[in-house]
Amino acid sequence: MSYKYHQFQVVGRGLPTETDEQPKIYRMKLWATNEVRAKSKFWYYLRKLKKVKKSNGQMLAINEIFEKNPTTIKNYGIWLRYQSRTGYHNMYKEYRDTTLNGGIEQMYTEMASRHRVRHHCIQVIKTATIPAKLCKRESTKQFHNSKIKFPLVFKKVRPPTRKLKTTYKASRPNLFV
Amino acid sequence: MPFKRYVEIGRIALVNYGKDYGKLVVIVDVIDQNRALVDAPDMVRGQINFKRLTLTDIKIDIKRVPNKKTLIAALEAADVKNKWESSSWGRKLIVQKKRASLNDFDRFKIMLAKIKKAGVVRQELAKLKKETTA
Repeated sequence: MSYKYHQFQVVGRGLPTETDEQPKIYRMKLWATNEVRAKSKFWYYLRKLKKVKKSNGQMLAINEIFEKNPTTIKNYGIWLRYQSRTGYHNMYKEYRDTTLNGGIEQMYTEMASRHRVRHHCIQVIKTATIPAKLCKRESTKQFHNSKIKFPLVFKKVRPPTRKLKTTYKASRPNLFV
Repeated sequence: MPFKRYVEIGRIALVNYGKDYGKLVVIVDVIDQNRALVDAPDMVRGQINFKRLTLTDIKIDIKRVPNKKTLIAALEAADVKNKWESSSWGRKLIVQKKRASLNDFDRFKIMLAKIKKAGVVRQELAKLKKETTA
C-alpha cells in the first residue's frame, strides 16, 4: 500500500546569536509527500509562531514516522483548519483506516471532493486514534459491529490484469452477484 | 432472489485482481464500505478493496481479527482447502492452472489420450446402434 502523504517529525531552531546562545528547539509532526516539502512546511508554520526564517534557522533532524500497527483497524479523528472561498473554518472528521497516513490521505481527498479545498489550504491541527465508544460520526460507528454482515450487491467482472482490458465487448455486462 | 454470499467475518474470498491474484483469503474485519482487512496463512494481514474480491460459499467460524495461529487452526478445522478443491469452482481453477502449465510433450500425451477416449466412446456407440437396429 503506497501512501501519497508521509508523516515526518521535523526538528529545528533559530541559529544561535550573541544575545541568544541556546535558542529554543521546536519539533513538529507534519504530513507531506516528501522530505523537502516537509522541511518547507516546517518553516512555514514556525514563521507564524516565532520570529525565525529558514535563512536564520537550522534544521536539526527530520525523520519519517511509520505506523506502529499497520495490520489493525483504527478510528482516526482529525481536527483541521481549512480555507474556503469565504473564510477560515475548523472541522473535525473521522476515518476508519489501518494507518494514520491512510486516514490523512482519505481526509485530503474528501476535503477536495466535498468542499473543493486544495491541499495547501488545509492545516491539520491534531490527529488522534479514537476508541470506538467515543466516535462521533454515524458513518464510522456503523462499522463498529463484531457481527457485521452485508452483501455485495453488484458484481462487476474485471479482467484480472490491465493488459487484458478491451475497449469493446461483445455483450453487455451481467452485474448479478 | 435474496443474497446468499455475504461479506462477514470469516467469509472466504478469492482475490481476482492484483498482486495476490488467485489466492484464497479470509475476511477478518471490515474497514469501511469498500475495504476489508484480509488474511491468509501465507501473507501478512492487509487491507484489500471489495472490488478485488469474489466471495465464495465457504465461511469459517472466527472472532474479529484472530492471530495467525488461531486463523490457521480455524482453517484446518473447517477443512477449507479440501472443500474448495472439491467444489466445482475450485476444480475448474485447478484444471485451468494445469492446462496453462503444460509443455509440448504433455499436450502430445493429451492428444493421444483424447483420441483413445474418442475411439472407445465410438466403439460403445456402434455397439448400442447395432443392438437397437438388430
